[in-house]
Amino acid sequence: MKKLLSGNEAVARGIYEAGVKFASAYPGTPSTEILENVVQYKKDVYCEWAPNEKVALEAVIGASMGGVRAISVMKHVGLNVAADPLFSMAYIGSNGGIVIITADEPSMHSSQNEQDNRHYARAAKIPCIEPSDSQEAKDFIIAAFEISEKFDTPVLFRMTTRICHSKSIVELGKKKEVPSKGFTKNFQKYVVLPANARKLHLKVEERLKKLEKYGYNCLLNKLEINDSKIGIITNGIAYQYAKEVFPDASILKLGLTFPIPKKLISEFAKKVKTLYVIEELEPFFEEQIKAMGIKIIGKDKLPITFEFNTNIVEENLLNRKSYREIEVKNLPPRPPALCPGCPHRAPFYTLHKLDVNVTGDIGCYTLGGLPPLSAIHTCVCMGASIGCGYGIEKAMEQNPTGKVVAVIGDSTFVHSGITELINVIYNKGISTICIMDNSITAMTGHQEHPGTGKTLMGEQTHKLDLIELVKACGVKKENLRPVNAFDLKEIMTVFKEELAKSEPSVIITQGPCIFIEPKNKKWKLFEIDSEKCKACSICLQIGCPAISKSDDNKAVIDPIFCLGCTVCVQVCPFDSIIEIKR
Amino acid sequence: MAKKNNINILICGVGGQGILLASEILSEVLMKVGYDVKKSEIHGMAQRGGSVESHIRAGKKVYSPLIKKGEADFILSFESIEGLRYLEYLSPKGKLIRNTQKIIPLTVTIGNAEYPKNPEKIAKQNDIDTISINAAEIARQLGSDKVVNIILLGVLAKFLDIDKKIWDDILLNWMKAKKLSQKITKINSSAFEKGFNS
Ligand SMILES: Cc1ncc(C[n+]2csc(CCOP(=O)(O)OP(=O)(O)O)c2C)c(N)n1
Repeated sequence: MKKLLSGNEAVARGIYEAGVKFASAYPGTPSTEILENVVQYKKDVYCEWAPNEKVALEAVIGASMGGVRAISVMKHVGLNVAADPLFSMAYIGSNGGIVIITADEPSMHSSQNEQDNRHYARAAKIPCIEPSDSQEAKDFIIAAFEISEKFDTPVLFRMTTRICHSKSIVELGKKKEVPSKGFTKNFQKYVVLPANARKLHLKVEERLKKLEKYGYNCLLNKLEINDSKIGIITNGIAYQYAKEVFPDASILKLGLTFPIPKKLISEFAKKVKTLYVIEELEPFFEEQIKAMGIKIIGKDKLPITFEFNTNIVEENLLNRKSYREIEVKNLPPRPPALCPGCPHRAPFYTLHKLDVNVTGDIGCYTLGGLPPLSAIHTCVCMGASIGCGYGIEKAMEQNPTGKVVAVIGDSTFVHSGITELINVIYNKGISTICIMDNSITAMTGHQEHPGTGKTLMGEQTHKLDLIELVKACGVKKENLRPVNAFDLKEIMTVFKEELAKSEPSVIITQGPCIFIEPKNKKWKLFEIDSEKCKACSICLQIGCPAISKSDDNKAVIDPIFCLGCTVCVQVCPFDSIIEIKR
Repeated sequence: MAKKNNINILICGVGGQGILLASEILSEVLMKVGYDVKKSEIHGMAQRGGSVESHIRAGKKVYSPLIKKGEADFILSFESIEGLRYLEYLSPKGKLIRNTQKIIPLTVTIGNAEYPKNPEKIAKQNDIDTISINAAEIARQLGSDKVVNIILLGVLAKFLDIDKKIWDDILLNWMKAKKLSQKITKINSSAFEKGFNS
């Protein structure tokens, strides 16, 4: 049967067909939909959200040791979090097949950097596999498990946003039954003490040589011999652009992208006159191929930053621009914004008013850094808000320049904020920390996490109690302040009180994300009484997409978007925002 | 449209307008016709009211999931000015189908940018063949703000040489799969008709 599937949907299907028994992930764009789609096979594949990527990978390592095929899924920066177990596993190898999916994000549509995780494969000395469309996403994941078991190695499976989020037609296959091998004690293999690790490293080097040989005629690397004038070595989505621009060229498409098949590449290079390497981001193949003494054209012409597309490949390699240039000047930018009804709005409005220094973190609430709220002043990586805030305060002991508040989401706090809080208490910090608890992982599309009381497979489970947890870390009861996320007055009072203290405190703003409210919820609706509105623009300063300015400069509320959260009502000095019937 | 020709359609608008669903239905229709189909979009922050674009390509064999600039047959703009961001994609014979509904971005609300006064004129100045329709108003008359996307699909459908029965079948299948009530199903069907006969 044929179906139109995204790369993520296709990989999920491949996971099912490969007979995988255990899948664990932490959400992250562009990888999130993989496990969300594996759930439809939950009778065959157990799958779960882990609190973070390191936890996910360690569970998957255990499942592999336990004898089943297992997979861990994460976005590119997630692999930084999971790097420690990855490097050990590279030595340990597999029992049941083990694959780690990294979804990289050239162009950073929803990410903080565009690291190229092929470097991880090379650094950890494990094979890397990359598909170039949805069909390959499904087929290659099955191949990845076979390679993992055949070569006793974890496999890194690298996708990029354009592969994850593009749909193409996939021929579905049948599920393979892979019986569990069970766990057998094996001290030399599973315990990476120095004495064992030294032997294991020697094996890893042997393994790489075998893998390189395997790449010479494995089906993952595809040779298309056409015209000998131009040869192209490429991978992933870049292959598709290469085909559009050079329909007649000879192409070596690498699917096993580490270790590169050197012999195959040398032979290919001899067959063609001009050789291009077309790869997004880092000159990963390029540097290795140049080191083989082969002349190629690559990053001297093609950009090292951002995604490619057909135009970029054509313009840079052929100096050809085949469209009419049209620049419409002064179109207003339309960046994403906190939704109408978002529980993060009132806390950020308060922080803006207080004019404090805010160390931010990663989630929907990072949007609180954009105008008009402009209330986030640092953002590093998940969990960093608390550590950065603490560090700034330590530095400020030398040169005080205002108060600091660290803001962090509930999912992010569980991901990597807890140890940061413990550090603040242990090392006698004075931080004011705000956990913005909207009871879901909103940014990535509303996934459950340990604080929601529900699992990925839809089961009820223990609900992590943030208040008890914060208390157990050592925050005094009187410095632990849950507040209603929609009550501006209460939020302001509590922030002022806690900022005045020279002890660590945790404020928890509580209010659900609008997307997890029941479907039949009766939302309130407000409108501006234009008689009373004095066009003061104060309500525009809360940054609500439902409110805009009319021609007479008075505010208007769009009834399609308003969800009646009342934050604008609370800031209006003229009582001109009134509830109406929906 | 002969089957061997490529069809390239770019749908754009604002997060929350139902663009991803529209592009989904369109792709299914094209696949049913027998084309090779690819579609691509960025939906990381789609729900947060930012600009959204979706590329749909169909043909005998499609490689890149992204439309090349200068090769789009249609830009289907769900919002009054969003289509203006992508004019370079339009082929010389291409059409801009524009919903006249305005969604004011925050950058305008807070005074950091201006909303173009006359989008029609901008399209005209650039020699763009434009069709404008007030889909939000039609949706309101039908009694649901949510069918703007289906109306616009209807408008697009009348320019594509595809048997209408295929559209009807795919729409019906989708509504069945979503278990929409009879009332909502009817509104959606009328929405498509309204667009198609506009
Ligand atoms: C290491 C890492 N993993 C995953 C992500 C993707 N990601 C960005 S924000 C976020 C979670 C946000 O949830 P929460 O903290 O609850 O804030 P909300 O979006 O709900 O406001 C995730 C998973 C990331 N940026 N970095």
